[in-house]
Amino acid sequence: MKILVAVKRVIDYNVQVRVKEDGTGVVTDNVKMSTNPPDDNAVEEAVKIKESGKAKEIVAVTIGEDKAQETVRKALAVGADRGIHIKVDGVVEPLAVSKILQKIVEKEKPDLIFMGKQAIDDDCNQTGQMLAALLNYPQATFASKIEVKDKSLEVTREVDEGLETIEVNIPAIVTCDLRLNEPRYASLPNIMKAKKKPLEQINASNLGVDTKPRIDQIKVEEPPKRKAGIKVANVAELVQKLKNEAKVI
Amino acid sequence: MSVLLIAEHNNKEVRPFTLNAITAASQIDQDLHVLVIGKNADGVSKSISEVPNVKKVIQVDNEIYENFLAENFTPVIIKQSENYSHIVCSANTFGKNLMPRVAALLDTSQISDIIKVISPDTFLRPIYAGNAFATVKSNDKKKCITIRPTSFDPAATSGGSAEIVKADGAEATPLTKFIKREEVKSDRPELGTARIVISGGRGMQSGENFKLITAIADKLNAAIGASRAAVDAGYITNDHQVGQTGKVVVPDLYIAVGISGAIQHLAGMKESKIIVAINKDGEAPIFSVADYGLEADLFEALPQFLEELNKLNTIQK
Repeated sequence: MKILVAVKRVIDYNVQVRVKEDGTGVVTDNVKMSTNPPDDNAVEEAVKIKESGKAKEIVAVTIGEDKAQETVRKALAVGADRGIHIKVDGVVEPLAVSKILQKIVEKEKPDLIFMGKQAIDDDCNQTGQMLAALLNYPQATFASKIEVKDKSLEVTREVDEGLETIEVNIPAIVTCDLRLNEPRYASLPNIMKAKKKPLEQINASNLGVDTKPRIDQIKVEEPPKRKAGIKVANVAELVQKLKNEAKVI
Repeated sequence: MSVLLIAEHNNKEVRPFTLNAITAASQIDQDLHVLVIGKNADGVSKSISEVPNVKKVIQVDNEIYENFLAENFTPVIIKQSENYSHIVCSANTFGKNLMPRVAALLDTSQISDIIKVISPDTFLRPIYAGNAFATVKSNDKKKCITIRPTSFDPAATSGGSAEIVKADGAEATPLTKFIKREEVKSDRPELGTARIVISGGRGMQSGENFKLITAIADKLNAAIGASRAAVDAGYITNDHQVGQTGKVVVPDLYIAVGISGAIQHLAGMKESKIIVAINKDGEAPIFSVADYGLEADLFEALPQFLEELNKLNTIQK
């Protein structure tokens, strides 16, 4: 079995994001970037499946500017076998991302396609479902547990009401929740070895996909600030404030 | 222009967020139709037909829709989509799972999780865990939109009398099979719509200690939330998680107990009307969004809090 894992480079989850003064976006210069956190879970799950003997090859793919390769290198350092970098500059909306990935799937013919359930930059939560639609594959979104069977996967999904379990035929798309597993860290020797693993670069323009944005971002602004609160001295004061000042109890 | 809203329900009742989505959808255009796909969901169609903003209910009923699989819903929506300028639904796990599958087949760049309708093609949505708001304009002919339910008031549930029409379904998918759903049944208000939410974090130290929170939730008729750390640690089930990748809540009162206030948690609760933080670390970032901060050991503060509440006998339900 072959697993394709899609990873995205985003502003690190610990960074306090700042809006640019001109309203065109957020500050990315000199800001720490990392792999989108649930994409790390997707890579980890693929590696675990390979370690269990049920998969032979893991291909990590990313889409973006040159530096996006860092995320593929990281995936290679924790166990992916080879990488693909689709080079494209500027904004690529989830619809265009899924069309690019569709081309890669048609070429690579993986049995499973894993990715994070949502990217923490645009918070769209679309790509996996869109790719599943374009390929007419089943989709198992928000996965917190995956069991590989003979020709299918049994996937536990985190939904608003609790948990849902579905069985999807292979080939399938799975979008991963943060609770799926605990991503491992890359060891230094493996980081060195990853530098020698093959990483193919493809120009998005050669794939015949229109990546032009369909959505105009008119402006980006700071959310309204909350007015500063106060500290109360004790529980009695808190309850008194909630009752008489805020009037919420 | 007409808007088609995909209803979320459990085959018996309308799920509450559908009502918030109806409010948002009717701000896009007054000609609002609601598509009810389900199994024996006549009661759902009937209650939606009584929502004043709804002009028409389209019901597609078949046993293959019992479990709301996106693979089965999508072809039905595509079939119905022809006459509509906008396809909308709630941005909860139902809509997040479903809408992109529809959008891709309509070749539309979806706009997720809107918090304001500026015009029929322009919307406000949070990005970066709510640390920035983006105003975005869709250039697609047909627009697919998901709505952050807590940013819109629920629509009234009576007074309307929309016509209900039945429509045909589509082929069932052989690719996906529903196995089971484990719902956590509770008599408490739903987390997403509760007037008061009390949440525990890593500071709770164990699942057992959540009983301190439960006691206060009982007293205040509050829903119980949790930070991702508390869910990851196994103190409480995932359906309680508040945050960027969990639920977004906007109660009148949000009480954060033993929660440090990571950006990802704040994303799910910082629009609450009144925020209370109880934490023994006076430097915890949660205090920066709290209207009332109490720097205290939660194991002492929570029993005192319950005691003080018991002294009041005028708690609003």
